[in-house]
Amino acid sequence: MFEIHCPYCNEKRSEIEFAYAGEAHYVRPTAQEQTEMSDEDWSRYMFIRDNIRGEHAERWWHNSGCNMFFNAIRDTVTDKFVMTYKMGQPRRTETQIEAARKNNAEQKAKS
Amino acid sequence: MKYSAISLFANALSGHKKWPVQFPDKEPKKEYDAIIVGGGGHGLGAAYYLAKRYGITNVAVLEKGWIGGGNTGRNTTIIRSNYLFDESAAMYDHAVDLWDGLGQELNYNLMFSKRGVLMLAHNVHDVQSFQRHVHANRLNGVDNKWLSPEECKAFCPPLDISPHRRYPVMGGALQMRAGTARHDSVAWGYARAASKLGVDIIQNCKVIGIRRDPDGAVEGVETEKGYIASKKIGVSAAGNTSVVMEMAGLRFPLESYPLQALVSEPVKPVMPCVVMSNAVHAYISQSDKGELVIGAGTDQYTSYSQRGPLHLQEHNVAAICEIFPIFKRQRMLRSWGGIVDVTPDRSPIVGKTPVKGLYVNCGWGTGGFKATPGAADMLAYTVAHDAPHKINAPFNLDRFVGGRLIDEAAAAAVAH
Amino acid sequence: MSLFRKTGRGVVDDSKVINFTFDGKAYQGLEGDTVASALLANGNHLMGRSFKYHRPRGVLGAGWEEPNALIAVDRGKGRVTPNVRATTQEIYEGLKAESQNRSPNLKFDMGAFNNAFSMFFPAGFYNKTFMWPKSFWDKVYEPFIRNMAGLGPAPDADDPDVYASTYGHCETLIIGAGPAGIAAALSASKSGERIILVDENAHMGGSLRSTPNIEIGGKPASKWLEASLKALTKAENVTLMTRTTATGYYHDNFVALAERVKHHIPNAKIGKVREALHRIRAGKVILAQGGIERPLVFNGNDRPGIMLASAAQTYLGQYGVAVGNEVAVFTSHDSAYQAAFDVADANTRIAAIIDVRSTIRDDLIMGATQRGIKIIKSAAITKTFGKLRVNACEVYEPESGKKTKINCDAILMCGGWTPSLHLWSHSKGGIKWDADLAAYIPDMPNENAVCIGACNGDFGVAAALSAGHKAGGGRKAYKTNEIEFGSGVVLSSLPSYLDSSKQKAFVDFQNDVTEKDIKLAVSEGFKSIEHVKRYTTNGMATDQGKTSNLNALEIASKAVGKPIEKVGLTTFRPPYTPTTFGTFTGYRDNELFDPTRKTPIDPWAEANGAAFEPVGHWRRAWYFPKDGEDMHAAVARECKATRESLGIFDASTLGKIEVVGPDAAKFMNLMYTNPWSKLPALGCRYGLMCREDGYIYDDGVVGRMAEDRFHVTTTTGGAPRVYRHMEDYLQTEFPELDVWLTSTTEQWAVIAINGPNARKLIEPFVEGIDLSPEAFPHMTLREGKICGVPTRLFRVSFTGELGFEINIPAHYGRLVWENLFEAGQQYNICPYGTETMHVLRAEKGFIIVGQDTDGTVTAHDAGMSWAVSKKKRDFVGKRSLARPDLVAKGRKQLIGLLTENPNEVLEEGAQIVDDPNQAIPMDMLGHVTSSYWSEPLGRSIAMAVVRDGFDRMDETLSIPMPGKVIKAKVVKPVFYDPKGERLNVV
Repeated sequence: MFEIHCPYCNEKRSEIEFAYAGEAHYVRPTAQEQTEMSDEDWSRYMFIRDNIRGEHAERWWHNSGCNMFFNAIRDTVTDKFVMTYKMGQPRRTETQIEAARKNNAEQKAKS
Repeated sequence: MKYSAISLFANALSGHKKWPVQFPDKEPKKEYDAIIVGGGGHGLGAAYYLAKRYGITNVAVLEKGWIGGGNTGRNTTIIRSNYLFDESAAMYDHAVDLWDGLGQELNYNLMFSKRGVLMLAHNVHDVQSFQRHVHANRLNGVDNKWLSPEECKAFCPPLDISPHRRYPVMGGALQMRAGTARHDSVAWGYARAASKLGVDIIQNCKVIGIRRDPDGAVEGVETEKGYIASKKIGVSAAGNTSVVMEMAGLRFPLESYPLQALVSEPVKPVMPCVVMSNAVHAYISQSDKGELVIGAGTDQYTSYSQRGPLHLQEHNVAAICEIFPIFKRQRMLRSWGGIVDVTPDRSPIVGKTPVKGLYVNCGWGTGGFKATPGAADMLAYTVAHDAPHKINAPFNLDRFVGGRLIDEAAAAAVAH
Repeated sequence: MSLFRKTGRGVVDDSKVINFTFDGKAYQGLEGDTVASALLANGNHLMGRSFKYHRPRGVLGAGWEEPNALIAVDRGKGRVTPNVRATTQEIYEGLKAESQNRSPNLKFDMGAFNNAFSMFFPAGFYNKTFMWPKSFWDKVYEPFIRNMAGLGPAPDADDPDVYASTYGHCETLIIGAGPAGIAAALSASKSGERIILVDENAHMGGSLRSTPNIEIGGKPASKWLEASLKALTKAENVTLMTRTTATGYYHDNFVALAERVKHHIPNAKIGKVREALHRIRAGKVILAQGGIERPLVFNGNDRPGIMLASAAQTYLGQYGVAVGNEVAVFTSHDSAYQAAFDVADANTRIAAIIDVRSTIRDDLIMGATQRGIKIIKSAAITKTFGKLRVNACEVYEPESGKKTKINCDAILMCGGWTPSLHLWSHSKGGIKWDADLAAYIPDMPNENAVCIGACNGDFGVAAALSAGHKAGGGRKAYKTNEIEFGSGVVLSSLPSYLDSSKQKAFVDFQNDVTEKDIKLAVSEGFKSIEHVKRYTTNGMATDQGKTSNLNALEIASKAVGKPIEKVGLTTFRPPYTPTTFGTFTGYRDNELFDPTRKTPIDPWAEANGAAFEPVGHWRRAWYFPKDGEDMHAAVARECKATRESLGIFDASTLGKIEVVGPDAAKFMNLMYTNPWSKLPALGCRYGLMCREDGYIYDDGVVGRMAEDRFHVTTTTGGAPRVYRHMEDYLQTEFPELDVWLTSTTEQWAVIAINGPNARKLIEPFVEGIDLSPEAFPHMTLREGKICGVPTRLFRVSFTGELGFEINIPAHYGRLVWENLFEAGQQYNICPYGTETMHVLRAEKGFIIVGQDTDGTVTAHDAGMSWAVSKKKRDFVGKRSLARPDLVAKGRKQLIGLLTENPNEVLEEGAQIVDDPNQAIPMDMLGHVTSSYWSEPLGRSIAMAVVRDGFDRMDETLSIPMPGKVIKAKVVKPVFYDPKGERLNVV
């Protein structure tokens, strides 16, 4: 059972307080875009997923806590969370992820 | 050497030193007529059927680890075909038809045990849903019959059918010719039979790239053991399909989830059949060694770690003890995790891809083992003909665009 | 005192005799004994039979690694525990133990027939035979194989015992209370942080209990142990847990501890906790799991009396039991000498030490000489003798070719040591091969964890103590007088003059996997260790390879011709030792497995004889049978009463969500297919919800309380997922909308009153609402009071009758219900359940999402295009409704069916065809979704989804059933009061 840092509560809590909510950063097309887009593109929005083996941007819902949805970067091979960040914030860059990973390692070394 | 009681006897007399290698380790050739990526039951079976049924023997199976090491060797070995929709019934029943007699065909005992699969109904909605299955199966020629709670108990004596249970048994759907098989033997049996027909089985050979010609068609794969040319590549990589497809620039409607299972210590025979309960998300059978084999639904998050959480194990066991309180004193011996690839409609994708010469068999979710011979045959057919068979034609990628989903899970939706 | 007990030794209490039985025979042991030590004290070595060949077996070890001595412990009905290691089961007064996997008894076992023919049953033999004739598989071979299977007895009654579970937290969790773990706890306790020290055994001390004569800092180990445990017990920040196994190490330092609370208690009462699962989240985990001695793989190494050297040391040191009178020692490692010396010092004769090595440390030779023990160097045991107990062995010296028969009644063997990496591996810590130790040892950690002592490859008491102290944050060197732990050699096969095919050299004792099985697997092409394991079943017994994995790896690696690192290591996964299902289940038993949700009115229904049905997490009153009525009769009566006069129904389970905020209507417009902007305050509307795929997801009546406030209802089962769906879109896609969502399902009790007398019933109770039809039309709502309680009163109808849904605060639900019920007597008020609700709504053609729809049905398919706004630019699901397959011909559409024979009620789920005479597989057009007897109509009615159903009005279709074909006509799915006049009775 993971510990997940909720960026709203700013606390680490047990996985059972959270629900997984799928890959992050799939922005729903606007009404205008929907009318203009092909069935293929629409299907891509709905169904196609990166399903990354490695660092995966995903959403979690703190449903038994503060009730907020948020974003996370988790390594799907080790199941280690690299970082979590609030909904609405942009996709994290490689550099940001690398920095977070480094920071985590330092924190761990300190403890 | 043909396997039989006689050969076993003869070899015993010579100290079992003369048994030939079952599936020789081969170094890859420069080129093959077809390559199958993934040495599980599905991939090895596809290679076997390519050689046996469709006349393509210059085939290689590339496996990144050891054959049968993925979901083939990590499942609860349930075989059944009592699916609701015509498309699914046809696919899974084709598999069950092939299971029957497969041991003889491969000359490898797969221990296919037709012990019956009983699916329990715990509420009115389940009853409606399963009776719909029973009726549809009857008209599709798939055996499946409805049992009352008392008939369920007679068929499976350890079952608790008392009405005061939290999930009382309100009946069940029984498929008699369903059951279990020895999972590892399926991989080994196909591997041995395919090897005999000239298929090269290459283990520890991870595919790291897919090479395409200027027109976009595949021309070969980059592997840890070097480049191997082939104009036909069938991918049967289960949880790792997304990773392989990405090498060809394709993104797929797949997500990979961990799926846990466990066994108890062996005890004397007590479970005569397979029992499944969708309402509590658990299934159970007893292996020919005496272990209770228990499975459940997937974890909630995508992962490739094969490491499951404790609370899910607790739930799986609690679910089984709810249906079978008699097993509460048994002990969990071993647990393991597989990585299952799940599509939006929980039905597989078997067919062509947008890339010429690249074929796929994936998305079997938690139901891949039972389909092994069927999926293998359909992948082989599609690779050989560059076109799907009518059984796997509906299981195409286009359904996610047009909307003609084959949604078995939705059809069993719980609401009221 | 029994024959083999050495008084004054060990932790057993000489003054407390305990009586127990084994296979019905009475034995005596001492308090502190295990079943194994007590039986050995009585000179009884035969304790079990192996799985495949049914070979007689004694103990191999003295602890949790034991593969052979498995027993069933019988505490009465439903309380028989199979496959218990005799080496870990503490005896208690009256303990009843039975041996397993033998028939008729342990000494004479018919199953040993297999042993005589074992040459025909090598690894994987079953793949090669039992195939002909085909029909024999089902009828002959398989039943035979299955009857032979299994070890312990199968359960025949429910386990009446109780299991518990807890959560816990600590800064440091130390697993294993041997010298390393205890030193770590002593040192870490100084910090004042919370420390938990756990050990699987009854007493802490680990190897110190087996070697009480070693001196630590000049004091006997037993004294040091006593003082240390006293100090730890006194420290308030330290929790000590014995009889507690760390069974699994999960993500982020989450460790499962299984505590055996009552296994050692006589007359353990039912109703008291038998085992408990403690789930510990630790800041840091210190693993001090120790190591396991490796057996030597030689011909005949499995006879009763042959055991690990450390096991003999433990039986002597801990229990004061000598394992024989004349003991041979066979080793490839220095550590066995200490065991031999301990045994010799307790006045047991050592027949010889047979060492496969040619050079032996001087101090060991000296120690042996002092004790008069003969060492045979460069030699190996090649045969053993004795049927149910070893009585001699043959020693072979390959250099001279000399063979000597040595009499002995026990053989102690030592093939080196394997660090216990189980939990470390669960945590996904890295491992590396250590060529000197010939074992895997920990590499880089994955969690905040460290391995210390033997499980880190640091053997010996002094090394363990120092490592422990350091891991606890201190710095201290310990001095002991132990013999240097030393080293050994690992030989993948021991010298022998016998042909390998003639040998039975066991690697996995329980599963009867021999050296030649492993070689056979490799020669047949199974070269990965996982393949070898699966083909031979090595390491898959109940000991999970604790004593066999490394030996198998050595043999396989040699056979494959690759270094061990290239052959791999099988993965360790939880549990570390077999763990009771009940322990995982804990309190989640029956009712608590999944707590049943009950409405405030549920107790009334129960008191009034309702039959219940489970719906989602709820239980709902299904029907209210009177005087022996069956469901059919009760429902017919309830339907009739409601249509004729008055029915009362508990609708509290309906999901409710309060949607509030300036943008509430905008949000509703996006979440539902219907338009909401123009719905006036106090208006109601039926809402239909899709997911992005365009299929019907949920439905329910929505009331607009005010411009900025909606009272949304959902299906009973759908409430949680609809709420999540809404929150998800609100927070992720539409965060700019100023809206709040609150689940209010439990806040409101809902009473549905239906029937021509509905208004008359409630009128006297309602305050502040004008109930007249003009002032309060259908599909509107009002706020006021009923029975003095605030209410949101909806005028809606799911039955087609004049209807009201009374929402009141949940705590008043029963009060209002009872008031109305009492007053309703004058109208013959009839309480009805979900079944009648279903019939009444079906008579009107109202759908039940999940019954008439199944996740593949669109609003159009369900005949509800009217509920889908054409004007809205966007709502969830809109784009998908334009996908080609959702507008194509041939979709299944919801229609009504009337059977030709009005008395025939179709089966729900029955399939519909055009031509019932076609061949199987038939072309099925659709299926019956709802079907009932309609009492008011005096005939059956049904709803169905049928391919192109809307175009088939008045067509007759066939429903083929076993033995008959039912004909039915396609009609519009409104059977009762199609004009809706009954809604408006005054």
